[in-house]
Amino acid sequence: MGASSGFVVGNATPVSETPILQLRGISKSFGSVQALTDVDFEVRLGEVMALVGDNGAGKSTLIKCVAGIHSPDSGQILFDGKPVHIHSPKDAARLGIEFVYQDLALCDNLDVVQNMYLGREERDWLFRLKEPLMEQRTAETLKSLSVTTIRSIRQPVASLSGGQRQSVAVAKAVQWNSKLVILDEPTAALGVAQTRQVLELVKRLADQGLAVVLISHNLHDVFEVATSITVLRLGRDVGVYEREKTTQQEVVQAITAGIPTKVSGIPETTPELAS
Amino acid sequence: MSSEVDVTAPGIGLPEGDDAEAEAGLWRRAYDNLRSGNLGVLPIVIGLALIVVFFSYKATNFFTADNFNNIIVQMAGLTMLAFGVVFVLLLGEIDLSIGYLSGIAALAVAEFQLAGSSHQYPGLVAIAIAVGLCAFIGGVQGSIVAKVGVPSFVVTLAGLLIWQGVILQVLEVKGVIVIQDAWINDTANHYFTARVGWIIAAVVTGVYALGTLGSVVSNRRAGVAIRRPLLVVAKVVGVAVATFGTVAVSNHANVPNGLPLAGVLVVIFLIVLTFLAKRTPFGRHVYAVGGNAEAARRAGINVARIRIIVFMISGGMAGVGGVILAARLNSVDLNVGGGTLLLDAISAAVIGGTSLFGGRGEVRSALLGALVIATVSNGLNTAGYKTGTIYIVTGVILLLAVTLDTIARRLQARSGR
Ligand SMILES: Nc1ncnc2c1ncn2[C@@H]1O[C@H](COP(=O)(O)OP(=O)(O)O)[C@@H](O)[C@H]1O
Ligand SMILES: [Mg+2]
Repeated sequence: MGASSGFVVGNATPVSETPILQLRGISKSFGSVQALTDVDFEVRLGEVMALVGDNGAGKSTLIKCVAGIHSPDSGQILFDGKPVHIHSPKDAARLGIEFVYQDLALCDNLDVVQNMYLGREERDWLFRLKEPLMEQRTAETLKSLSVTTIRSIRQPVASLSGGQRQSVAVAKAVQWNSKLVILDEPTAALGVAQTRQVLELVKRLADQGLAVVLISHNLHDVFEVATSITVLRLGRDVGVYEREKTTQQEVVQAITAGIPTKVSGIPETTPELAS
Repeated sequence: MSSEVDVTAPGIGLPEGDDAEAEAGLWRRAYDNLRSGNLGVLPIVIGLALIVVFFSYKATNFFTADNFNNIIVQMAGLTMLAFGVVFVLLLGEIDLSIGYLSGIAALAVAEFQLAGSSHQYPGLVAIAIAVGLCAFIGGVQGSIVAKVGVPSFVVTLAGLLIWQGVILQVLEVKGVIVIQDAWINDTANHYFTARVGWIIAAVVTGVYALGTLGSVVSNRRAGVAIRRPLLVVAKVVGVAVATFGTVAVSNHANVPNGLPLAGVLVVIFLIVLTFLAKRTPFGRHVYAVGGNAEAARRAGINVARIRIIVFMISGGMAGVGGVILAARLNSVDLNVGGGTLLLDAISAAVIGGTSLFGGRGEVRSALLGALVIATVSNGLNTAGYKTGTIYIVTGVILLLAVTLDTIARRLQARSGR
């Protein structure tokens, strides 16, 4: 079992050079629906890469290709510079890729510790659960992520607020020595204060050196935490923007009008483009 | 959801070794629990006490050591079935086949001990065959539920009809099969001597105390606070009082005298199944699948496997119960596995507090519920009431228990738990 006992809280890690995950020319169709067309995408350690686009742009489909839920029709997935084939969520987990979904994938009737270790319980030779160990490590993980609002980690998840639950889902994803955490609309079901809580947590993950992909169609949220932004439109990637060097208008325009810089070779107006 | 309260609350529950504080916490938690309707076993224990007091007034020979032993043996088979029901209900599924499946076990155990037949085996082997057969049948039914996706209600309803049909076909020819094997009959008819009874009480108490001590020590070592030290002590004392009390009363009985083996078997299964449900990854996964099957699947749990194993447990426990029920009568006849057995077993689990919707319940609720049903039925019998009255009263108690539980749930939801 590869449970880390939480993170070392450090200073912001500089964004690394080689992408931890690189997608090259991914295409995927469902029957007659061309969901993805020749999409390039990359994310580096220490970076929050936002993936934005209208409903149906193909964001979820793209990350499901990484999760091994869909297999792309064509294209290549590189992890840490090496080509990989991901056929199941387990393959992804083995590489160190974890996912957090919008619809809070926790068991309401189980407590925080039980959820954190669900499916990967620590046990001894008698098949007994090592409750104290799991409880201690859960406390450490949450502490290292500064998730401090949960009164008791032995209370059922049903009694937590939406933001707390999503925080637990995120903590669950990162406690397995994961390198890349992909969050698909993690705040879509949350209110303002709860959203803030989760976004803070997302920022902290990148500060601790993880690569983070954040899918959202709330640009306000994206501009708050993302270091870079990839825009998808109608299944094509239409640009990669650095948060520092772009504006919300520009990104909105890319989402809606989809200036297909890459596709039709219109002169670059954006500061940075996927190479 | 009480997000406001939680957001402002102080940090996560980190270890704090202050006993006085923990004690104050105990009372506070007890109060919180009462207010929010989280009552645990309290209502059913109080209910049981009321039932006992009522019948003690109503019938002169109810509150006797002899009748105490009677109730234990009367409820043993039912309790075994109800243990299996708890697991199935934890998944949010149902198993309607267990009544006649227990009949199949009775039939098998009687058949495989039959003197003079070509397939006479030692009693324990016959028992193993019967229980194994039922677990296998449960596994087949579970596979149809888990792999094909047919609702468990339909699969096990079909099972109910099929196994009833098999029993009728076989016994219409054979009539009654008498069980002569002592091992089999002992499961319901053996009573320990006073001395052995005391030893059993000491062992049960000792094992429980040691187990508790072990988990306290490992918690301490990991720096995890013992959340309710008083409750831990109270539980050990409670177990000691219950076991020694039971043995004392059983030893006091005249006919039959001594602690019944059937009661000991119930306790053994209670311990083993509680361990399985609460202390192993498998049990954790059963709760998870019952709580949110999709979340369990995403967490990498093999949901189909869990479902199949649970139906095997359900079938196997029906087998164990069937053997004990047959042993009590020393024979198997056309009525085996029928009557109210199935509905009593489900009622027992539900009266004990196990939810029909999955993810919530305890193994012990089967025992508590079966105790209520057996006591009421025994009490009404002793007081001279007819079967009709017993059904009506059991029905009312079932309704009361579930209504109370539903109200408690509502209160909990309102108080944000
Ligand atoms: N399993 C599927 N079968 C058929 N079509 C699908 C499936 N999943 C997604 N699609 C289609 O692919 C397109 C992209 O969907 P999706 O990736 O969910 O978009 P987004 O997450 O950006 O809102 C949509 O047109 C959607 O209808
Ligand atoms: Mg989507």
